[in-house]
Amino acid sequence: MCGIVGLHLRDPALYPQLGTLLTGMLDQMCDRGPDSAGMAVYGDPVWSPPGTVTVTLLDSPVPAAQLAEKLTAAMGVPVTAIDLNPTILLHAEVASLQSATLSSSRRASRPGSTPAQQDSGAAGTSAGEADALVQAIRSIAPSARVIGFGPGLAVLKGVGNPTTLANGFGLPQAQGWQGVAHTRMATESAVTAEGSHPFSVGPGQCLVHNGSFSNHMSIKHELQRAGIEFDSENDTEVGARFVAQQLAQGADLEKALLLLNDVFDGFYTLLVSTSDSFAVVRDAIACKPAIIAETDRWVAMASEYRALADLPGVEQARIFEPEPEEVYVWRRS
Amino acid sequence: MAAIVSERTVLDVAESGTRAVNSALMAADVPAAVTLANPRGAHALACGLDRDIAVTVEGHVGYYCAGMNQHATVTIDGSAGVGVAENMMSGTVRVRGDASQSAGATAHGGLLVIEGNAGARCGISMKGVDIVVGGNIGHMSAFMGQAGRLVVLGDAGEALGDSLYEARIYVRGKVASLGADCVRKPMRPEHLTELRDLLTTAGFDADPADFTRYGSARHLYHFHVDNAAAY
Repeated sequence: MCGIVGLHLRDPALYPQLGTLLTGMLDQMCDRGPDSAGMAVYGDPVWSPPGTVTVTLLDSPVPAAQLAEKLTAAMGVPVTAIDLNPTILLHAEVASLQSATLSSSRRASRPGSTPAQQDSGAAGTSAGEADALVQAIRSIAPSARVIGFGPGLAVLKGVGNPTTLANGFGLPQAQGWQGVAHTRMATESAVTAEGSHPFSVGPGQCLVHNGSFSNHMSIKHELQRAGIEFDSENDTEVGARFVAQQLAQGADLEKALLLLNDVFDGFYTLLVSTSDSFAVVRDAIACKPAIIAETDRWVAMASEYRALADLPGVEQARIFEPEPEEVYVWRRS
Repeated sequence: MAAIVSERTVLDVAESGTRAVNSALMAADVPAAVTLANPRGAHALACGLDRDIAVTVEGHVGYYCAGMNQHATVTIDGSAGVGVAENMMSGTVRVRGDASQSAGATAHGGLLVIEGNAGARCGISMKGVDIVVGGNIGHMSAFMGQAGRLVVLGDAGEALGDSLYEARIYVRGKVASLGADCVRKPMRPEHLTELRDLLTTAGFDADPADFTRYGSARHLYHFHVDNAAAY
């Protein structure tokens, strides 16, 4: 089945409650995918402090503390690691990375061989700094998997009960302005942490999916011919790579998702977030559930209403189901 | 945990849990009228009721509320998730808010009233139920409908009545498109009478003359190669 939850906060007074609210929403969706989960938080001051870029790693062969030491030595800038087993969050100051990369003759290539992508909205930062950090990580821990990068974004994944995972990561304590989470019932690939959603393959981008794409292999081959590399056998990654490619080529999120509707067959409800946006789209059949609630203080999306029942002021929210093939986008003002 | 039954016969779903509440509703000594408080989107509430009781749900419900209903009157004072009143046999289910997809799916009898909008596939494979929707309905509604009546005071989405057998459809608003084998039909006096009765029973004040009737062209009953393109 898979369960999706997402919360886009409009009222800064709610930012300290993001993690608590998101954990409560996720908890309600455990039944839909009880064996693995992933979550992403935008703007947590601990996981992705202001003025830093954050890279999230999975399955690092090098322990977190050692990785931070080696990166600090290799890059000449302080790199901090937070060990949230099996995920590691690494961050470094943008200013330090900029001076380090300027002094370096070697300009890092893009993470995951994604085509060049400019700043996706966070003021004063660009994807280049994340690239430099990713490149350094790859040389020290080549088998580690990058599952998220960009300023202000922390992505956490694991195998096990979603609520237990969220509490283990410390999600209830997280703060920020936006969060998404997913409980997965695996259909297209195995139950592993890397098969969990969100798939974050572009700077500050996340995509979570309920359903399955039926023509993902042909689209994957096309993307591969365009030079895009894949991390997994997961069909959702193909959707995420497609969206990242469209955004990298200059499409806005709405256009990227309209193009996705044109190209992808199958069943899907998608929640797509970026450094400044929150979007929902469903396929033409729309058999996978989705419900949206909106108030002056927040926009929330979930697979089922019960995930929204505890949100503050939900009694006054405008609640509706998204129409098939219609793209809904909310932007951070 | 046993359901907490107060003097007002209010069962608190959040406190007692769905299973305890549903068990209490099925008990031999259940009162004639019961209110379910704090449903908070719970699934399968008030399912399988088989006697003449009145159940009021104070809030939004999740999937399959009032499924398989017989004889009972269930009123949802909120919106309903997927499959409300699925496979209902008799009785009445009223949703004061909106309903998600597959409302009244495969229902054999009874009356389902949705005062707000209904999502996709409303009345899919309906087999005798009457469904009256105050607002709009989504795409592929009454798909493979076999018997019963679907009344829509608002608009209908794409592919209305696709592969329809014998169910009758009345729509007051616009129809985005008709599905395979679904055609517009004339409103004869007996249809105006039937529709007036349905609207009155459902509690809507609307003029039957404003509605258009749709039904099956009966071209898909038997395979015929000339109809291959319509399958």
